Amino acid sequence: MQGSLIDTLARQGITRRAFMKYCATLASMMALPPAAGRAMAEAMAAAPAATRRPSVIWLPFQECTGCTESITRSHSPTLEGLIFDAISLDYQETLMAAAGHQAEEALHAAMKANEGKYLLIVDGSIPLGLDGAYSCIAGKSNLETLKEVAKGAAAIVAMGSCAAYGGIPKANPNPTGAVSVSDIIKDKPIINIPGCPPIPVVMTGVLAHFLTFGSLPEMDAKGRPKAFYGETIHDRCYRRPFYDQGKFAKTFDDEGARNGWCLFELGCKGPVTYNACATVKWNGGTSWPVESGHGCLGCSEPDFWDAGGFYKALSMPADPLKIASAAAVAGAAAGVAISFANRGKKSAAKSAHETTTLADLEK
Amino acid sequence: MNDMQFLTWVRGPGLDIAVGIFLLGVFWRLFEIYSLGRKKDLSAPRSVSGASGWHTIFRRSLPPEGMLGKSPVSYIGGYTFHIGLAIVVFLFAPHILLIKNLTGLSWPGLPSQFVDLVAVVTLAAMVVVLVDRINKPVKRYLSTFGDWFTWTLTFLPVLTGWMAVQHLLLPYTTMLAIHILTVELLLVFLPFTKLFHAFTAFGSRWYNGAVNGHKGVAV
Amino acid sequence: MSASLEKGVRVLKEVIDAPIASYFNSCVHCGLCAEACLFYTETGDPKYTPIHKLEPLRRIYEQEYTLLGRLGKTFGLSKPVTDAELAEWQELVYNSCTLCGRCSVVCPVGNDIVYMVRKFREGMSAAGHAPEGIKGAVNRTITIGSPMGVKLPAVKAQMKHVEADYGLPIPLDAEGAEYMVMLSSMEIINFPEYLGAIAKIMHQAGKSWTLCSTAFEATNAGMQIGNSDLARVLVKRIVDGAERLRVKTVISPECGHAYTALRWEGANLIGRPFTFAVKHIIEVLGEFQKQGLLKTEGFETDRLTFHDPCQLARRGGVIQQQRDLMNQVAQNFVEMPEAGFMNWCCGGGGGASAIEEGEALRLEAFKKKKSQLDAVKPDRLVTACANCRIVLEEGLEHYQMNIPVVGLTEMIAEHIPEPSAEKGA
Repeated sequence: MQGSLIDTLARQGITRRAFMKYCATLASMMALPPAAGRAMAEAMAAAPAATRRPSVIWLPFQECTGCTESITRSHSPTLEGLIFDAISLDYQETLMAAAGHQAEEALHAAMKANEGKYLLIVDGSIPLGLDGAYSCIAGKSNLETLKEVAKGAAAIVAMGSCAAYGGIPKANPNPTGAVSVSDIIKDKPIINIPGCPPIPVVMTGVLAHFLTFGSLPEMDAKGRPKAFYGETIHDRCYRRPFYDQGKFAKTFDDEGARNGWCLFELGCKGPVTYNACATVKWNGGTSWPVESGHGCLGCSEPDFWDAGGFYKALSMPADPLKIASAAAVAGAAAGVAISFANRGKKSAAKSAHETTTLADLEK
Repeated sequence: MNDMQFLTWVRGPGLDIAVGIFLLGVFWRLFEIYSLGRKKDLSAPRSVSGASGWHTIFRRSLPPEGMLGKSPVSYIGGYTFHIGLAIVVFLFAPHILLIKNLTGLSWPGLPSQFVDLVAVVTLAAMVVVLVDRINKPVKRYLSTFGDWFTWTLTFLPVLTGWMAVQHLLLPYTTMLAIHILTVELLLVFLPFTKLFHAFTAFGSRWYNGAVNGHKGVAV
Repeated sequence: MSASLEKGVRVLKEVIDAPIASYFNSCVHCGLCAEACLFYTETGDPKYTPIHKLEPLRRIYEQEYTLLGRLGKTFGLSKPVTDAELAEWQELVYNSCTLCGRCSVVCPVGNDIVYMVRKFREGMSAAGHAPEGIKGAVNRTITIGSPMGVKLPAVKAQMKHVEADYGLPIPLDAEGAEYMVMLSSMEIINFPEYLGAIAKIMHQAGKSWTLCSTAFEATNAGMQIGNSDLARVLVKRIVDGAERLRVKTVISPECGHAYTALRWEGANLIGRPFTFAVKHIIEVLGEFQKQGLLKTEGFETDRLTFHDPCQLARRGGVIQQQRDLMNQVAQNFVEMPEAGFMNWCCGGGGGASAIEEGEALRLEAFKKKKSQLDAVKPDRLVTACANCRIVLEEGLEHYQMNIPVVGLTEMIAEHIPEPSAEKGA
């Protein structure tokens, strides 16, 4: 790659004006002041050569590559992907041309060259079962790799729900003993970008922030960037007015569904899911799950896989009531037993009755 | 335990346990109470229309002559929070869905803004009856730990439900979980506290109406 | 635990039934029953809240008949009922409760509180915690035959007087008569006009009637003290008398508790239905009125009001008849506020009037009746219960209210044309 980013963009037919607009949008999406957009644009546009681009190492663990797919699918021709031109992606198994020893060498070279400065992106959870034997790369368990690579990282991005919270591998009964990055690494700044997969712009936004300010954006209690995870899907959902009016689709093909009514009763997890889908949407702003007629699965929340069934409304019991009828029977049995005891006691009192005489009135 | 696990627990095993204890308690207590039986009344009955257990079950929902003015707070506050509770519990769409899922029965709900307003009114009425309990010598005299405890048990689900919907204090997920948990506490304690009047009040009214109806007195 | 307390608790274990269990479980401590009780409204003392008067009974119920209560008792979490406690409760269960039943009709959850007080008295009396005054009344009724110590010769003397005054025969032990008329001692001693009134009314209606030499006293102090064993002895006398004379109907006099004891409790006390009907004199008069057998002339012109005896109206279901009868003979009949079904007690029912040490409280509670009377300012007060009448007179005198009290039956009888005039007509 030659010259500054802005020259590269110009060669690809993207004007300076369009680039500035993108940065401004990104900044506003992240709830940064307007000046931040310009700062961001300047920081990225000025990034001249490979030597000055921050090194990024992307480690894949127990994952499905969905997160990578998500990023790449949005890569071209949208501007988000171009951010990659501002970084040096030194290790990404799926995307890199190198393989085997070559790839490992690249990893170690990058780690050595950028010690203490590189950004580590992780997707996938880390299996702890069988000493980590469930997932190994180059003869090392994911746990070993993570610890080794994390040591020299400036910050870590846990990309996707698996890296952030354990995700699907961690779903009951969690056969591999999967855990999240933050379960293992305690001494580095970690930002979670959950989602299965996460929204591409969320990732690029976080990278832009890191590039511009050299730090991670403001996070919530679950380690997520507040700018994107500050509100629930439900609160920003365009179908929300139907919820408030009590208009619900009852099946996926009824009148309510056709009229675009609220999908709460069909199991939408929008009310308990913090993500930006409703505002940012997917595929270049084309649509998003609720708009396409399906309730939110809550994929960006911890343990969404075990949150009581995708098609069960939040107000429904997550599990069937297993002990209810047994409890009713037991209660009735206890009641009958007590009533026999009571009746026995009462008739004992009755048979012990001594007729009260006048003398008895006096003590 | 994160908030989603908390929510999932209260929606899952927590609810199962709470409903289990509730049903166990209700059946146990109902048998315990009503199996004591009563003697047949051998006196010649005087039958008068309107005097029976069934009549009293309904009639006793209205204040008898002269009583409304004597204790307006008890009546108006009592009506408001009982009716409010009924509306909030039975006419809020997510609650109907829960009942439908448990029993198969369902009915139309009310708009959520209206239910929201009712919840606020219910909370206000409950605070008023609590103040009345503290201020009125008779109520204060009669009050035991159980009275304060059951008030809290009843108040919390309405408060947390409303706060969850309004996104107050805690994230929705956590508040919803707390809401469900408070409902579970209510279910667990209902059969063993004065809250059991939700069941026995009908039996009591019936007995009263039947005993007095036998005499031809419409009570 | 003393032997008497043990006996009292055992008796309570016998009488606690499903209604009581249901009532105790329904109470939400709303305190509305207090507003219905004249002992609370006139004193403002919360200890007179009706449901509170049952606190020892509630604990015994819980400790004996609920699983949690039994556990609580076993682990010493709920304190057992003691003699000292029952002694303290005597005032609440007897002095400050007239069994008027007003609390039972206002309780929003439907608790029949007076039903429970009546049952609680079973245990209180068995444990020896009944007030001296009522004990004395029971003693005299059982041993002598009437709570005021009236014996048959006194009744016979009264009969003779009335026969002479009214010129009508007073039948005694007339087998096969349609009506057997009962009296209360009050009527024998204080209000002899009642017997004369009956004679006139029966004569005009052309009905056969009789007094019974073995059962003339209707009052049942055994029921007031709350003891079924003793109440049964008294009811049995009446049943034996009525069956010996083979009467169709026994007429309970103008006495509220006598009516309740015989009409509603009697059959349950002896354990079988009666072979005769029981009616209050007001019911009988009401029937005569409907059948056209009660012809009167003239009207009372002064301002009259009617005090409903609790046991007749709210507890007995006779509410309209007295009003129809009043209207037949009174031109200026006014109703007190809350009259009829919700009427306020005179303050001396349920044996309370026999409790000497309860007098101050009784007079305090009478302020309720006073305020009702002040609202309508009658010239005279009519009622249909000799006990109410005595208590009303005492209260009126205490508050220096110059309102004479009369019995409805007598007032009706006064308007019945003299037999001789009738013959001439």
